[in-house]
Amino acid sequence: MMSAFIFRALKSHILATVVVILAAAVLVPASNLLLPADHALHIPTYVMSLMGKYLCYALLALALDLVWGYCGILSLGHGAFFAFGGYAMGMYLMRQIGSRGVYGNPDLPDFMVFLNWKELPWFWYGFDFFPFAMLMVLFVPGLLAFVFGWFAFRSRVNGVYLSIITQAMTYALMLSFFRNDMGFGGNNGLTDYKEIVGFSVQAGGTRAVLFAMSALMLALCLLIASAIVNSKFGKVLVGVRDAESRVRFLGFRVENIKLFTFVVSAMFAGIAGALFVPQVGIINPGEFAPANSIEVVVWTAVGGRGTLIGPIIGAVLVNAGKSYFTGAFPELWLFALGGLFIAVTLFLPKGIVGTIQGGFSTRKAIKVASDAEKGRGDVTPIAQAAE
Amino acid sequence: MTTRHFFRILITLLAFAFAAPTFAQGNDPKPLFDQLADANFNDAEKLVGQIAATGDTRVVPALNAFAEGDLYFRKSDKAVFAAKAAASQLELIDPVTGESAGQVAKGAVTKIKVNNNLRRAIRAALGGLTLMSPDRGARLAAADAILRSPSAEALELVEAALAKESDRAVKARMQEARAVSLLSSDRSVEEKRAAIETIGKLGGRDALGILNSVSSSIDASLKPDLEAAIASIQNEQQLWDMAQNVWYGLSLGSVLLLAAIGLAITFGVMGIINMAHGEMVMLGAYSTFVVQQVIRENAPGLFDWSLAIALPVAFLVTGAVGLVIERGVIRFLYGRPLETLLATWGISLILQQGIRTIFGPTNQEVGNPSWMSGSFPLGGMTITWNRMWIVVFSLSIFVGLLLLMKRSAFGLQMRAVTQNRRMASSMGIRTPWVDAFTFALGSGIAGIAGVALSQIDNVSPNLGQSYIIDSFMVVVFGGVGNLWGTLVGALSLGILNKFLEPSVGAVLGKILVLVLIILFIQKRPRGLFALKGRAIEA
Repeated sequence: MMSAFIFRALKSHILATVVVILAAAVLVPASNLLLPADHALHIPTYVMSLMGKYLCYALLALALDLVWGYCGILSLGHGAFFAFGGYAMGMYLMRQIGSRGVYGNPDLPDFMVFLNWKELPWFWYGFDFFPFAMLMVLFVPGLLAFVFGWFAFRSRVNGVYLSIITQAMTYALMLSFFRNDMGFGGNNGLTDYKEIVGFSVQAGGTRAVLFAMSALMLALCLLIASAIVNSKFGKVLVGVRDAESRVRFLGFRVENIKLFTFVVSAMFAGIAGALFVPQVGIINPGEFAPANSIEVVVWTAVGGRGTLIGPIIGAVLVNAGKSYFTGAFPELWLFALGGLFIAVTLFLPKGIVGTIQGGFSTRKAIKVASDAEKGRGDVTPIAQAAE
Repeated sequence: MTTRHFFRILITLLAFAFAAPTFAQGNDPKPLFDQLADANFNDAEKLVGQIAATGDTRVVPALNAFAEGDLYFRKSDKAVFAAKAAASQLELIDPVTGESAGQVAKGAVTKIKVNNNLRRAIRAALGGLTLMSPDRGARLAAADAILRSPSAEALELVEAALAKESDRAVKARMQEARAVSLLSSDRSVEEKRAAIETIGKLGGRDALGILNSVSSSIDASLKPDLEAAIASIQNEQQLWDMAQNVWYGLSLGSVLLLAAIGLAITFGVMGIINMAHGEMVMLGAYSTFVVQQVIRENAPGLFDWSLAIALPVAFLVTGAVGLVIERGVIRFLYGRPLETLLATWGISLILQQGIRTIFGPTNQEVGNPSWMSGSFPLGGMTITWNRMWIVVFSLSIFVGLLLLMKRSAFGLQMRAVTQNRRMASSMGIRTPWVDAFTFALGSGIAGIAGVALSQIDNVSPNLGQSYIIDSFMVVVFGGVGNLWGTLVGALSLGILNKFLEPSVGAVLGKILVLVLIILFIQKRPRGLFALKGRAIEA
């Protein structure tokens, strides 16, 4: 039973992707640590950290694909789960600073000393302890997703409305975390980390391990996601995406199916955030910005939603492009990104991977849309469907 | 006070009673002025009081001159004159009649010195004197001045003026001024009790301040009256504060309405998740900026008309951009709402960066025309003109749009297409063009909103970003596809926000409102005014 479950997860293209990711997890750190700096294949540490960042984004996009591509929930608030995972890791890293902060206070992080706080708030308890912090990386985003989803799916809020309230959620969280009174460092967020489980976060070796961990977690989450969508449960999931009412009438508890997927996806996003923070060295409320979450949607759309490996490719490609453009032509980056949004939705509605898998369907999509506009065909515009 | 002083007052009062129009002629202030030549500061202060007590308004310029240090006496006969410089000499002016008394060398006269105490006395005296001014406005202003800074000295003057006053409004104001002055004088307890009652009825922060300032020095038997009066004023004050909050809420609500009403068309009626909506608002604001620049350079006299000119310009510019977006992108995406979200977000990034490239990333200065600046008082609150106009403007746009939707042929076609596209099409309506112009209309309205918002917000490429989430909240909260829902949604969110703000602060208030909306959507997923129907989706 269990082996069949795992076997189904290992479709050939998923397997290939996992192999590529695992190879990167070994080869990139090896090249960075073992080859001399002037060797042609040597990867400098900053490039490795950059690639580690892309892998975290790829994991976030994978998480979004699970809910959007397979369950039809377009979350515009996945950045919030990512940021929660990041804050949980950031809190652990802050506790590791100990008395080496600017104010040298052994009990309180610098920003609390600065705000004249006398003791540690209760929600910071336990974060000195690595396993607890890692548990929180999964638990806090999962809890938020559970509570939010429990209410939203039960009241059958869906489609556009769900997207808009997830956006409101991350916006409200951003405003809250900007407040100093929240106890998470306000505007500046959490930064100036020293070490993680005893190793300096700046050291090349630690960076290499963090990169390898990012790749491993990405591969693991890809396998889990693949196992979910290729199981019988996954079939129902796709049913929910394509015809929610029918699945409900067949006797499935649609809200529970959605809730499970949403919570798993939020946990993936939390892991991505937790791996992201030590590699970039800071977490601040800007990560909650609604624009960030929308950008994740674009990575997923570019790569191809509902394909699992598409979002990974999309996230890496778009972010590599971003790094290149913001360095070479900073003025042009937003034009390029905006143009990409439009081009992908118009010409590659299935994304890169989806198009390769399903053949070019651009012309067909345009024809269907223009038919709908002329009143032919069976595509109903939303306003009509909503009534 | 000297007996002489009282004597003169008595005469004045008698004069009021029996020969009001000619009362002052019997007392010549001229000898009083002449005594100033020998007076020290204390005597001068008394003399000023006596001059004022004559009630002769002709002395006002001379007293003004005194306060300015322009009062002199002639060394030869110690006659006092106001003076003004004329070439190298001084021109002497009679302090009472205001007639010129010839020019003298500067050495022939001596300046009468004035200090701050004296200046204060002069100002008080002038305040009292203008109470008798033949000009109604001046009398009212004088009474107001006494109301604001009452003193026992002003009391007699007010009473004198009161006896003469015939205008009802001015008389009422003087009554109040009298009551206020009376509290700091040494009149009887009964009179003070009546005065407290008058002030209590007057209300306002000033009255509260006056009552509080005398509460320590006042007779013990008056304490309960005083406290009752203070309590009643405070109650009234609370009501006004409430009204002020409602007003702030309405004003915020009308800003939200402005920002959201274009979206109520593109999102609410057409179902397009238009993330570029905020950028349409921004384009409207930049159109205003460009119009104002052109006016500043070519026709500065028209500046007060700049907003009126900017309105059609902004409507056409953003409407045209909207038309291009609909024909170029959105028409391929009907039936795929979540993908229009992505495409329009891309458009918004391009528009933002485009504006940033053309105008630079910094805030542009958009001026307020004169009729938008300043404020006016309404009861216990102050209302600024720009907020006032924005409330009026957003409501008129709302009404205009409602009429367009319900009463025009285009509105009818628009509703027909959104309700049943195929039926509308077979009735001969060109649905693609209705789509295009509906989207252009929504965008154009957003542009008009940008003209108004440029008056109260920073005009920068990020302007639209700050409104987009609020706008969606308003439309979703109010109910998609319903303009009335947008109105009620915007105003109630605005008022809710302003009522939460004083107790929890602006940011937390906003967070609470967002959370409340999220919870509200759970309860009513289709918003406040949902379109009724039994169809099930998907």
